[in-house]
Amino acid sequence: MYDLSKGADWLNQWLNGFCPAWLTVTIECVLIGVVLLLAYALLALFYIYFERKVCAAFQCRLGPNRVGPAGIFQSVADMFKILIKELISLKHTDKFLFALAPYLVIIASMLCFAVLPWGNGLQVIDFNIGIFFLVAVSSIGVLGILLAGWSSNNKFTLIGALRSGAQMISYELSIGLSVITMVALAGSMSITDICMAQKDLWFIVSGHIPAIIAFIIYIIAGTAETNRGPFDLPEAESELTAGYHTEYSGIHFGFFYLAEYLNLFIVAGVATLLFFGGWMPLHIPGWDAFNHVMDFIPSIVWFIGKAVVLSFVIIWFKWTFPRLRIDQLLHLEWKYLLPINLANLVLMVIVICYGLHF
Amino acid sequence: MANVQENIARLFPEATFEEGEWLLVNIPDAKWHSLAKTLKEDPELGFDYLVAVVGMDWTDTLGCMYYLTSTKHNTHVSVKVTTSDREHPMLHSISDLWAVANLYEREVYDYYGIIFINHPDMRRLFLRNDWVGYPLRKDYNDDANVNPVRLDHEAVDDVTVSYVEGADGKIEKKEITIFAPEDFVVNIGPQHPATHGVLRFRTAVDGETIKKIDLYLGYIHRGIEKLCEGLGYPQTLHFTDRLDYLSAQQNRHCLCMCIEKALGIEVPRRAQVIRVMMDELMRISSHLLFMGTFCMDLGATTMLFYTLRERETILNIFEKTCGARMTFNYNCIGGVMDDLDADFVKDVKHLIEIMPKALKEYDTVFTGNVIAHNRMVGVGHLSKEDAISYGATGPVGRASGWACDVRKTNPYSIYSELDFDEVVLKEGDCMARFVERIEEIKQSIRILEQLVDNIPDGEICAKVPKVIKLPEGHWFQQVEASRGAFGVYIESHGANTPWRVKFNSPCMNLAGVVDHLTRGSKIADLITIGGTLDYVVPDIDR
Repeated sequence: MYDLSKGADWLNQWLNGFCPAWLTVTIECVLIGVVLLLAYALLALFYIYFERKVCAAFQCRLGPNRVGPAGIFQSVADMFKILIKELISLKHTDKFLFALAPYLVIIASMLCFAVLPWGNGLQVIDFNIGIFFLVAVSSIGVLGILLAGWSSNNKFTLIGALRSGAQMISYELSIGLSVITMVALAGSMSITDICMAQKDLWFIVSGHIPAIIAFIIYIIAGTAETNRGPFDLPEAESELTAGYHTEYSGIHFGFFYLAEYLNLFIVAGVATLLFFGGWMPLHIPGWDAFNHVMDFIPSIVWFIGKAVVLSFVIIWFKWTFPRLRIDQLLHLEWKYLLPINLANLVLMVIVICYGLHF
Repeated sequence: MANVQENIARLFPEATFEEGEWLLVNIPDAKWHSLAKTLKEDPELGFDYLVAVVGMDWTDTLGCMYYLTSTKHNTHVSVKVTTSDREHPMLHSISDLWAVANLYEREVYDYYGIIFINHPDMRRLFLRNDWVGYPLRKDYNDDANVNPVRLDHEAVDDVTVSYVEGADGKIEKKEITIFAPEDFVVNIGPQHPATHGVLRFRTAVDGETIKKIDLYLGYIHRGIEKLCEGLGYPQTLHFTDRLDYLSAQQNRHCLCMCIEKALGIEVPRRAQVIRVMMDELMRISSHLLFMGTFCMDLGATTMLFYTLRERETILNIFEKTCGARMTFNYNCIGGVMDDLDADFVKDVKHLIEIMPKALKEYDTVFTGNVIAHNRMVGVGHLSKEDAISYGATGPVGRASGWACDVRKTNPYSIYSELDFDEVVLKEGDCMARFVERIEEIKQSIRILEQLVDNIPDGEICAKVPKVIKLPEGHWFQQVEASRGAFGVYIESHGANTPWRVKFNSPCMNLAGVVDHLTRGSKIADLITIGGTLDYVVPDIDR
């Protein structure tokens, strides 16, 4: 496995060679920021294209096929269109909160994005509480949605925002508990440690039954967290037109749109980290030659590849299932997922205590 | 029939009778409400289904024709109530006896200005509140300066009026509040993805729970009934394709049959078979579109494309024969416009072959899904009595256990010779309405199977005079359209234009039942219920 942190260390030393320490830090921060933003935008473009193609395949259609070969520049064109669109200002809205809301949503999504384990050593900051930080900042997003719905001064957006509030706060519990289950197995909250703990076997295999239960709950709750079908009640277009972002236009709408797609990637990325080894290549104990070959594939390819496969599953949900009703949605969480999750946590602790895991 | 007449004559000596296709009872307005009550509640009469209320202007008098059917005895009666007061015409309301009369009487008020005493909500139904005059009266001033195209916003008030008759017979005007000031009223529509057209529900909600819905109609009202009065009979035909565009063939079939009945024309056998096959193809295509859009309303977008794929084969069949995919203009007085396309039999056989497989696929994709079950089972329950009272015919009525298929109760054309079942379910919830339509597709396929190899040779259209003049009289004809019983009333005074044409659409009744079904359910249920009622807005706003 090639450790990408060597490159970063080299850059750091080279900069330190002729810069004062404060300038080095500033340059590095700016560089990282630019790289992250670029990666964010590129991934969003890819995801929009990916979803449209996947959904077209499910629906016996071709999907985008006019702009560029196989329509690959369609989402670039869409993004350009969104950038040049007018930001329509409305009367009777709370102007400040209305403008603030999309930024809160996108900042929450970007902060999560930053702590993902991109590759071996390729990480912005390696906290000892990395996964905890991720769960914490991801819940800022719901604040943005609530503000967006409330400040628009529109009844549909308000209902959308209230639904979203109820939904995201409920499902955060499930996400948190399934994360804790896996943290218990890993024995650490640091993202690098969690990856390294899956060096020999991915948690979904080594944790067996409780890990699989935790994974299923996580993927359901994660779909709900991203407001995607069948949990897209906050923006159920047949009920609430567009839900909380009905009144937004131009790039403000674009921010919600981008954040939704990137949240899809983040949820899939965290699932990758917790259950499928993060950037860790596929290793099977005893198969040394195979493991060695797997190591040649760069770790960043492993991470993004696994995340894309998992997000395909979530996209699959959306284009297959009808939408739940708000009371059914809350029943599912509070009556089924939460008790199962709590029992599962106990089961995991028993498994760990008695060393029943692989 | 005689039995009904004797019964009524015994109780109401002032009633006079006219024989006709439906027995006609003339009754003074003072006795009308008690006659209506007797007609409905007397077990021997049992006229529990109010088919139509036709407002009329006979120049010297204004009034209404009421068409009633007994679902138990399958007998029919019509009642004529008139008033000679043209300044302040008033009749007694029967909206307390039949729920559907609520909308019907508002429509009559809108067109003729007849005020219904004791009606709880005397507002205009289709036209704007500030409309001047009553357009279907014969002395209506149609000067464009009286009713210019108004560009200002139509004020909506939360107060309606009711004319209540006191114990002493004095009529008092009373104001009734629709929504209290503290109600949180959400406008669902007129532009809303789930209303399938321009329909508006003013919905009072408490959180996610619906407290009350006020139906607001008329956004695409075209005044078709008024237009018909100025056109010759063949010219009126094309309007029917533009009512419920998903039952275009059946609607046109109905109007043609009504005119043919008046003229006494015998339609050739080949034309009859073609008409019935077209009707059934139309029904399948309509139900397929229902399944697709309904699933899309529930968030299962993918299903839409699957059902549209099969619907496409039907539209291709239509296109080859009729030359159009939507407004076909195919039936004409005396038969059909043009002969079948050479590929017709082959294409229909192909459709019969692919449909069972397709229905199975829909089942796998959607009906078996647990989320779909939770969304539909037990939601929007409509009892049989309510279905009859609200006049909710078609698949909705049959899903509630009311055997109301006109093809079976009053067979027309060649339906009496065909072997098919009327699917009647008991549950009356959204799931039943969904399943009902799937089963009806299967029955329509059965009808097509029987006919596709037995299309007789011969004329496609009877000999019809160049200028069509109907004799004096009035006729009423019903067919089973995709969404329920579609009726046409024609009154002729001997000219080459009709005196009055009334289209009795099933969809208005279906829209009228929404408030009843959604009380106390969630906003998301409104979408499910509205979807399974499957109203088409141009059919409501004629």
